[in-house]
Amino acid sequence: MTAQQASDDIIICRDVHKWYGDFHVLNGITATVRRGEVVVVFGPSGSGKSTFIRTINRLEEHQRGQIIVDGIEMTNDLRNIEAIRRETGMVFQQFNLFPHLTVLQNITLAPMWVRKRTRKEAEATAFQLLERVGIQEQALKYPGQLSGGQQQRVAIARALAMQPRIMLFDEPTSALDPEMIKEVLEVMKDLARSDITLVVVTHEMSFAREVADRMLFFDKGQIVEQGSPEHIFTNPQHDRTKLFLSQIL
Amino acid sequence: MSSTELPVSRLKPPGSSVNALDWLRRNLFNGWLNSLITVLLGALVIWLLYQVLGWAFTTAVWTPIPTNLQILMTGRYPSEQVWRVQICLALLLLLFGLSAGVWGGILRSIASGLAAGALLLAIMPFTLQTRLVLAGLVLLVGAGFIVGSRSRHHMRRLTIALWFASPAIMVVLLRGFVGVPGLPYVDTGLWGGLLLTILLAVVGIIASFPLGVLLALGRRSKLPVVKGFCVGYIELIRGVPLITVLFMAMIMLPLFLPANVRVDNLIRVLVAITLFSAAYLAENVRGGLQSIPNGQVEAARALGLNVFQTTLLIVLPQALRAVIPALVGQFISLFKDTSLVAIVGLAELLGIADIVIEQPAWLTVPHGVHREVLLFVGLVYWIFCFSFAQISRHLETRLGVGTR
Ligand SMILES: Nc1ncnc2c1ncn2[C@@H]1O[C@H](COP(=O)(O)OP(=O)(O)OP(=O)(O)O)[C@@H](O)[C@H]1O
Ligand SMILES: [Mg+2]
Repeated sequence: MTAQQASDDIIICRDVHKWYGDFHVLNGITATVRRGEVVVVFGPSGSGKSTFIRTINRLEEHQRGQIIVDGIEMTNDLRNIEAIRRETGMVFQQFNLFPHLTVLQNITLAPMWVRKRTRKEAEATAFQLLERVGIQEQALKYPGQLSGGQQQRVAIARALAMQPRIMLFDEPTSALDPEMIKEVLEVMKDLARSDITLVVVTHEMSFAREVADRMLFFDKGQIVEQGSPEHIFTNPQHDRTKLFLSQIL
Repeated sequence: MSSTELPVSRLKPPGSSVNALDWLRRNLFNGWLNSLITVLLGALVIWLLYQVLGWAFTTAVWTPIPTNLQILMTGRYPSEQVWRVQICLALLLLLFGLSAGVWGGILRSIASGLAAGALLLAIMPFTLQTRLVLAGLVLLVGAGFIVGSRSRHHMRRLTIALWFASPAIMVVLLRGFVGVPGLPYVDTGLWGGLLLTILLAVVGIIASFPLGVLLALGRRSKLPVVKGFCVGYIELIRGVPLITVLFMAMIMLPLFLPANVRVDNLIRVLVAITLFSAAYLAENVRGGLQSIPNGQVEAARALGLNVFQTTLLIVLPQALRAVIPALVGQFISLFKDTSLVAIVGLAELLGIADIVIEQPAWLTVPHGVHREVLLFVGLVYWIFCFSFAQISRHLETRLGVGTR
């Protein structure tokens, strides 16, 4: 199980630490994610889940330890950071679409400026992606004219347009009304079946049960327990995991 | 009529059917105190109007304005060369007409406003020549509009190119060249009146724009030196009045320059105005920058855009949109502040007004003509500033400021 799969590791975190002032947000995170794997991160509020996935694309800087993404080590070198960001897409709780651009422009912006695609190519890809997330008829609208669920699907399409190997989701459905959560989760399940690697912070346990390969339980800046959904839901080892699951299920 | 019909459906929302009498009663005559105030204030307004209009149509001497219209508009620019100013004006109006045809929208309102203004002036009792020129300008706006809207595609590039080239064309045209017979040199010291006012304000705001944006960005920089310089500059300039900066440019600047380098007065004033205005612009833009949520930058960076692209494509467009009202407000105050250059010897609109008032021809007028001339100048300022404010209001709604 070792030699061959080690080279298949797309995200490697070794003893990652981070402090906000004196507050130890990440306290020695060691974790690996394999190519194509779907990893769900969950745990109590303030346990450092967001901080953790934001260190993977350097929206947050870690202060100790090592992070290697797709073979590129995260250093202070801006070129490394930008190379990693090109390979990772991110979807935020608050969508963070660009309100002054149309849906189409939101999606084509990065491919044109970062990947140097022509407008034609970028738009062709954008329309395919909009179809994939089921809102091709909204291409010329502005984000403010869409529902929350539609906006989040645009955000997913925008991230996918860069053809990332990794997609990071930080509570993508927490800001949505219940009836819109489903449409976003459907899109994410579709992604889970593709060969993109997903790291998803979420409390949607049905989603985790259905598509996760592995689940990481965070508490107080540490990974307290990890394992398959089967293991986590039926046979959790730690009291804190049991307690947390009993509270949210 | 069946009894099941709901009477509620006939209820109109309150306030939907107010007739004039109702409105009067509700707003002006509700209670004896309000009625009394209304009557008193009404009487005061009528009395004031009567006095002002009576003065304007009987005692006031308006002749200084039509007879001096040319110097009010262009200062001491040589009479036989004024056609050059008129060509500049024609170029501008043509460009507005073209743009209105090509892009429509707000530009169309601006162009129709300009045409209406010129038409209004053309029916005023100016000299026949002036009125013909004004009528010609109206026709030019119309012609530009028709050409622009007929062949939108071809004219788009040309119009943009013309806009960018127009400042250079105008400066060359107005200034001319030494020794060129058709286009003799006209010293910038002779440029004056409304021409100079507009020139100072427009060049000032355009030149201070990039500088102000850079200062605003620099103020948020993580590099202490850059940040320190920007903060220092902004606070220094905002701490002194414009007039000080103007005097510095006129009197102090030559002390720092080698004796054989002489900088044109107009350029010195323009530099002073630009440096001054940039500090205020920077503060306005900073307000806009602060209103952009951090998530916008994070999203852009997560997509792989670099710092430069993030600023240029994501942050600035939103920040500038948010501060359009403030920027227009600043332009309006700059437009009025240009009147200060009269103190350092440039005769813009207000400076010319002073000259006109002092003309010997009006010595025989019992109370002098300063009321009439200043009223006219005030009206010109008001028309411009009011129009800017209107345009800004249109822009705001069209760009959806405040709606995210
Ligand atoms: N910029 C910051 N400065 C100081 N403290 C911060 C900052 N950002 C986050 N924190 C703190 O770090 C801790 C971890 O935050 P993080 O956002 O990673 O938690 P989380 O697990 O994602 O929680 P949630 O489920 O509420 O999103 C929290 O206690 C938070 O208050
Ligand atoms: Mg979080």
